[in-house]
Formats: sequence, structure tokens, C-alpha cells
Amino acid sequence: MKAVYFAWVRERIGKSEEDLAPPPGVATVGELIAWLSQQGEGYAYAFEKASVIRAALDRSHVKHDAPLAGAREIAFFPPMTGG
Amino acid sequence: MRVIRVQSEDFDAAAEARKLGAGRCDIGAVVTFVGLCRDEGGRLAALEIEHYPGMAEAEIGQVVAQAEARWPLLGVAAIHRYGRIAPGEQIVLVATASAHRAAAFAAAEMLMDFMKTRAPFWKRAVLTDGTVEGWVEAKADDEAAAGRWGG
Repeated sequence: MKAVYFAWVRERIGKSEEDLAPPPGVATVGELIAWLSQQGEGYAYAFEKASVIRAALDRSHVKHDAPLAGAREIAFFPPMTGG
Repeated sequence: MRVIRVQSEDFDAAAEARKLGAGRCDIGAVVTFVGLCRDEGGRLAALEIEHYPGMAEAEIGQVVAQAEARWPLLGVAAIHRYGRIAPGEQIVLVATASAHRAAAFAAAEMLMDFMKTRAPFWKRAVLTDGTVEGWVEAKADDEAAAGRWGG
């Protein structure tokens, strides 16, 4: 699946997008965050406070317990500050 | 009429509001809100606004659909800019048209509350001394304001 990152999540990870191939058993957004956190210093820093991280699956907001099943694109970003 | 745009260039708020009422006589109220970039007492040189292309438009569309389901709106325009925006420049426009003012005011307020907390935009401040201050933190007040509307 394709992952895209925004704002300080993007800066901490050091890239704006990539293809992810998580191991079987990573079934939810929260489990993907936990797996990503193990993928290096930048990821650990980006996801150090996992509870503040917002996620979207195929461009719709989702909670951390949402299943990944079938999603083509996952996005991680901080709380929005538009307007 | 429904206008949803995410763009780097400026917009003409008066023209957008006029377009909502063009060629019809059933609209009794148009409310226009424009959010501007403040200079924060002279400290701020610009805001840099990042967005999630595709999702930004889709999310604003969902927020507009919620407003249309809740109030008898006859037209809505919602425009949000991205990129570098200097103090005094326009950032966001919400315009709502209805037969009566109560619906137009309430819908415009809800749309702005949701645009701030649901549409995927992030602001970063560039200061007049050239430093980048870092990402603007989400405010609990904004979340509380959006929470008033339920859903």
C-alpha cells in the first residue's frame, strides 16, 4: 500500500510518500503505526505520541482501530490547522 | 450552486458571493466569511500552508454536504488556499446563501469550524527574522467549536 505523510510527520520521517509492505498480522491503522515506529529513528520520532497522529484511508479520516483491509493509500498527519 | 476549490492563488470574495445569487430571486441572505493571515504583532512574515491534494477537496465537499443536509441552503462556496500567504492576505472563504439569514449564518459558522478541524491543511509560521517557527498547533478551542455541531 502507498503511504503519504504530511507536515511534521513528513519532516520527521524524511519523505513525503513511499510504498509499504507490512508483515501479515498488521491489520489495523494502529498496528501499522506500531510497526512503522520500529522502522528507524525518523519513524520512531514521528510516531512517538501515537495518540495525536491522525490517519486517513483512501482520503477519508479513520480512527486507529480501523482495518487496513483493501485500502490503497494511507495517510498520516498531525491534527489539522486550516482556516 | 456549490463551489469548492483548493488553490494557491487569491480569490475574489465579493465575486464569489455575487455568483451564488446570480440569475435567481429566491435568496434572501448571503453570509460571507473571509479568514485572513495576521502578522501576530509584526512577528510573522508569512504562513506556509500544506495540504493533502484530493482529500482536501473531498473533505470540504463532505462538510458542505453536511451543511446542506442540515439547513435549507440555496448556494455554498468554500475556497481554501495553500502555499505561502503573507499577512493581510486572504486564506479561506465561506459563503452561504439561503432564503433567511439564520440558516446562512449558522451554516457559515459550522462550515468554518469544520474546515479548521477536518479539512487536511497544516500551517507553518515564517517569522520576520527569517526563521521558520514550526507547525502551528491545533487549538482545543477549535476542536470544541466544531464539537458543538455534533456528527
